[in-house]
Amino acid sequence: MSLQNFINDAISPWLNTEGVDNDIVLSSRIRLARNFEQVPFPTSGDNDALVKVLEYMEQEFDQQSYKDFKQFQLVKMNDLKPVEKRVLVEKHLISPSLAEKDHTGAALISKNEQASIMVNEEDHLRIQLYYPGFELSEALNKAQELDDWFEERIKYAFDENRGYLTSCPTNVGTGLRASVMMHLPALAMTNQINNLIPEINKLGLVVRGIYGEGSEAQGQLYQISNQMTLGKSEEDIVEDLKSVVQQVIENERRAREWIMEQLGIQLEDRIFRSYGTLANSRIIQSKEAAKCLSDVRLGIDLGLIKDIPKTILNELMVLTQPAFLQQYAKKTLSPNERDVFRANLIRERLQLEK
Amino acid sequence: MECQRCQQNEATVHYTQVVNGEKTEIHLCEQCAEQEGYMNFSNENMSIHQLLTSMFPFDQNVNQAQSIQTQQHNLQCDRCGTTYQQFRKRGKFGCSNCYRAFESNLNPLFRRVHSGNTKHVGKIPRRIGGNLHKQRELEQLQAKLQQLVYDEAFEEAAQVRDEIRKLKEELQQNKDGEA
Repeated sequence: MSLQNFINDAISPWLNTEGVDNDIVLSSRIRLARNFEQVPFPTSGDNDALVKVLEYMEQEFDQQSYKDFKQFQLVKMNDLKPVEKRVLVEKHLISPSLAEKDHTGAALISKNEQASIMVNEEDHLRIQLYYPGFELSEALNKAQELDDWFEERIKYAFDENRGYLTSCPTNVGTGLRASVMMHLPALAMTNQINNLIPEINKLGLVVRGIYGEGSEAQGQLYQISNQMTLGKSEEDIVEDLKSVVQQVIENERRAREWIMEQLGIQLEDRIFRSYGTLANSRIIQSKEAAKCLSDVRLGIDLGLIKDIPKTILNELMVLTQPAFLQQYAKKTLSPNERDVFRANLIRERLQLEK
Repeated sequence: MECQRCQQNEATVHYTQVVNGEKTEIHLCEQCAEQEGYMNFSNENMSIHQLLTSMFPFDQNVNQAQSIQTQQHNLQCDRCGTTYQQFRKRGKFGCSNCYRAFESNLNPLFRRVHSGNTKHVGKIPRRIGGNLHKQRELEQLQAKLQQLVYDEAFEEAAQVRDEIRKLKEELQQNKDGEA
């Protein structure tokens, strides 16, 4: 059953492909918010109307393909167990708030999991596209094509002056949120990240940690995205984000060279200790796992560790989240049991490379 | 300093927010701060709703006539029934028609959220079609022409000028056709 494919196949196929600058930018994401002209927004709580949107999407797009995006499957929140929903959240295919929308929520997910269209989240449609590495322009082009494909059949809420109308005023206009996930261990190690974040904020972009609580970044993973959606074209929004990301990449590269020179054996020690922890521990909490994974990934990028593939950080960051661990254990786990399972899973995964 | 909201009590809660690098200061008395959700620390982080609500230009124009305020606040969407007050509280529109219903109040809000912008310049759905696309193209060409003249690239400027002329004619024809 193909639903099981989504859930059991823990790693989205696109995550394992190599992308541009992927030693620093792990993935690029484009999201477009769209609404049906004649239907109240999901925020209105008019469930009867929203169910019609869901049924329409199922009837028109379930099992359809468009260009690179083969075999879309409509997954209804109502049909999923809580743990299955959490897995989709941890894979970033749906948002936590969509997972709570039992009767009206759904996601239209392409077979390669590169495209996921959330139905009846905050807007009727949230078209999301993921690309490995630093591929924002490509992701934008593909998202626009997909948008045109939907538009052939859906009359979008659009106003000449305000653009695409969304339930939240922060998305109106282009409805576009472009973001990149970056691994910035050297900027974090040298504390430069704390100076960089306010500078980036001043440019109208948002930086936040991924997987961590609030702004604290677990595993030195940061997301940078645009905030403004009105008054700039899609292309300009993406270009502006790209130029900032490019600068962050250069800063991170310089910081990596600097720590290599300055710390030398100390850095090597830190990286291999982390490697040792991952390869040998029997109990490991998610925070420690994230830190060690970040170190090991840095070790791979710096050429210190040679026998592990680069994608291991992306992969294990996803796999060691609570819902995936339960999937792996095939039962509900207490937090303590989770830490044991996490350690097992990481050890086994590293063994695979031997 | 008096409270910005009730304009009666002494402001004791001072709140600074930075949106897109633009700093806004809000000064409220304790009661108003509580009502606006600024004091609700027991709820751990401030919810996104409250953050959004705080972006609204609430009653900042101290001198604004009371009648205009009441009038603005009595706005209601005739399609989904959302009132302006509800919109302010939730920070979310109820349907696409709310944009029309609350039109008179939206520019300050959009300016605040989108770095001073109020007008969409991006993608246009295909179905909206012809003239709007051409109108946008015309605007872009006119801006380009200005830049070229400024750069003294007259040969290229002449080409752009011809393109503009052609586009204008097309637009005129389409309008005549509609009439």
